[in-house]
Amino acid sequence: MGNESYEVLKMRNICKTFPGVTALSNVNFTLRTGEIHALMGENGAGKSTLIKVLTGVEEFESGQILIDGLNHPVINKSPQEAQENGISTVYQEINLCPNLSVAENIFIGRELKKAGRIDWKAINKRAKEILLNFNIDIDVTKSLDNYSVAMQQMVAIARAVDITSKVLILDEPTSSLDEYEVEKLFEVMRKLKAQGTGIIFVTHFLEQVYAVCDKITVLRNGSLVGEYEVDKLPRVQLVAKMMGKEFDDLSLIKKAAKEEEIKATKENYISAKELGHTGTIKPFNLEIKKGEVIGLAGLLGSGRSELARVIYGADKADCGELEVNGEKCSFKAPIDSMKAGMAFCPENRKEEGIIADLSVRENMILALQAKRGMFKLISKKEQEELTDKFINMLQIKTAGRETPIKQLSGGNQQKVILGRWLMTEPDFLILDEPTRGIDVGTKTEIQKLVVDFASKGMTVMFVSSEIEEMLRTVNRMAVLRDGRKVGELDESELSQELVMKVIAGGDANE
Amino acid sequence: MNSQIIKKIIKYRLFWPLVCLFAVLVVNLIRTPDFFNISINSKGVLYGYLIDIINRSSELIILAAGMTVCVASSAGTDISVGSVMAVTGAVTCFLLGTGDAYNIPYVLAVVAGILAATACGAWNGFLVAKLKIQPMVATLILFTAGRGIAQLITGGNILYIKVKNFKYLGSVLPGVPLPTPIFVAAAVVILTSVLLKKSALGMYIQSVGINAKASRLIGLNSTLIIFLTYAFCGMCSGIAGTIATSRIYSIDANNVGLNMEMDAILAVALGGNSLAGGKFSLAGSVIGAITIQALSTSLYSMGVSADQLPVYKAIVVIIIVSLQSKQFKKFFKNFSQKQKITGAGEKVTQ
Repeated sequence: MGNESYEVLKMRNICKTFPGVTALSNVNFTLRTGEIHALMGENGAGKSTLIKVLTGVEEFESGQILIDGLNHPVINKSPQEAQENGISTVYQEINLCPNLSVAENIFIGRELKKAGRIDWKAINKRAKEILLNFNIDIDVTKSLDNYSVAMQQMVAIARAVDITSKVLILDEPTSSLDEYEVEKLFEVMRKLKAQGTGIIFVTHFLEQVYAVCDKITVLRNGSLVGEYEVDKLPRVQLVAKMMGKEFDDLSLIKKAAKEEEIKATKENYISAKELGHTGTIKPFNLEIKKGEVIGLAGLLGSGRSELARVIYGADKADCGELEVNGEKCSFKAPIDSMKAGMAFCPENRKEEGIIADLSVRENMILALQAKRGMFKLISKKEQEELTDKFINMLQIKTAGRETPIKQLSGGNQQKVILGRWLMTEPDFLILDEPTRGIDVGTKTEIQKLVVDFASKGMTVMFVSSEIEEMLRTVNRMAVLRDGRKVGELDESELSQELVMKVIAGGDANE
Repeated sequence: MNSQIIKKIIKYRLFWPLVCLFAVLVVNLIRTPDFFNISINSKGVLYGYLIDIINRSSELIILAAGMTVCVASSAGTDISVGSVMAVTGAVTCFLLGTGDAYNIPYVLAVVAGILAATACGAWNGFLVAKLKIQPMVATLILFTAGRGIAQLITGGNILYIKVKNFKYLGSVLPGVPLPTPIFVAAAVVILTSVLLKKSALGMYIQSVGINAKASRLIGLNSTLIIFLTYAFCGMCSGIAGTIATSRIYSIDANNVGLNMEMDAILAVALGGNSLAGGKFSLAGSVIGAITIQALSTSLYSMGVSADQLPVYKAIVVIIIVSLQSKQFKKFFKNFSQKQKITGAGEKVTQ
């Protein structure tokens, strides 16, 4: 950085309210050139809202946005306008067109032209070059949905990086990337930083903040807590600032059942023999004991979610046998497995979890209603009591039980879905990435709940890409690689190192 | 305080649909002062524009009820309802025969007609829910084929029913002061709303319409629910078809229920329901249906000729639909806010 660093973006006293909630009150934010600036906060702290206000997705009520080079305050009315003003964004959820080719996605809206016609050759060539900067070598003429979610995310990032001139916003871009891909992303970020781009990085992963960021701005409940230099703010303090209190030490979570107790339990809750689903998960054997918390570890696409889906019947098994509680089962649809006592929080909250336009109450009550049957409508009173009970128990932050779930923050949506399943009083709870895209505080809460359920006799299957979080909660771990179950680790063997080894193809008890 | 109540009223889902209906009625009051008069004619039947509007809109109300649940569950429209009405009429009239007495009991023939319509709906449901064909395309099949099937049944003739009591369903029952279709429409709407509210079906339909994938994972059978809504829509077309046939005591396969599908879709939209599926209001659709009929009747009463009617109707529909659009509401809100701000400014300068 030969040039002097200067302020490229200033947001002053930004205020924004949603019906019943103050989303932002007098928030200030400053970004300098050649700076990677982390925006941190719990769910509902206002990070996403601040980004949306900046990029013109949401309007704000008062305050000023100043962008370097423009000598007047800017109000972006649309993401396009923000882009023209030099701000481009990669959102947490991929906002690309899955049925267009990779190259088309990168250049959509700004196609390269030759003699008035779109120059496909040039577009494909440029797209290839852009991706090669990320060390990605794929066929850019294939449609985007041929590639994994992680790859799609990289394409979204590549597109934004190619457009951007002054400010690049990354809104939780790493939640679906594996470690190797994250490292690649960091390389690109550092490269851009050296070129003088200002980067706003929204993430929940503390490690990542300390790996790449220069500065941290912390928000809490829609207000600014402060701006800090990364190397002057230890992690514990950062977490304390985000939560506004000294939070319980994660290591204090006590696992529910002792290893010996579980070993002494003879009954298997689940016993799968050569169960499989063509194309997603190869036949596997798995036994889960009552009251046990079993973790499924593996890289993205290793088959960990798919294994859970086959057991639940979300994908119908096409070979093998499944015994639940000693009884042979063959689930045709999720309702069968629900009646057998199962519950399933899917990985993809937005697409498979929430019913966006329905209220918190309806979202919670639906599973129980389906289990009881269509003509046994749960009375309004009972619905309200149950909903209130779980809103209190899970400490869900919502304006009311009739608020549409889409107005809640991601973590609170996840809690509603958890409440939905707890209402059905399941014996076996499958949680597929329940803490993805959720702040540290809620993460800890959910982990505690899991352990708590298990101590009350519930059997839990916990799928996560964060090994650390699983090490804290599970009794046993099954490891998957390339659509195959490759090993099991008992409690005594659980260590980050060993798990990584097995995931990567080491020599644990294969 | 007051402004909060007003805000609540404006936010109420049915506010705009009701405003539109009242606007149409108020215009009438000015143009045709005797619009709201209701008199009793020589046969002891209530008579007047208002009665006429509700009577004439009965079929549309019934169709709109079926259409509402289809739209909600599948974000698609059933464009075959008009043709299915013709099929129903053809089946009923064919079974009854054109003689001086019925060939088979009246009730049996009506039930058979409605069952035929339900079967048509079930076919649509099978295509949409099971084969996952886009609703517009799936129902296009019966939209075009339906009238052909009806013609096949009637042998290409217009069948006239001579027995007198066939007319009762479409006109008035002896000794009853109100036209029969009004009772049928009310019964359909009430039964439907009871079914939707007293069972979890209403919630299921919305859930499936908003997110079918998530609904499956929480134990709902999306396929079955979508199938049921289309079968129900078919049944509604059957009931509407029976009334329409009775009104003219004959079946003309080419003209019964002609263009009704578009009016039914419009009724759903005018009722403030999103055609993208999900949340719905049956009451809204009913209001929408009455608004459309009120519009036609008013235009007639103002002396607009039948062939010019669609033009005027289109203009009014454009106004109503834009009044209800989000963009307009946003504009309206901004405008009133600006008014407030400039108003405040004036006070300061004074």
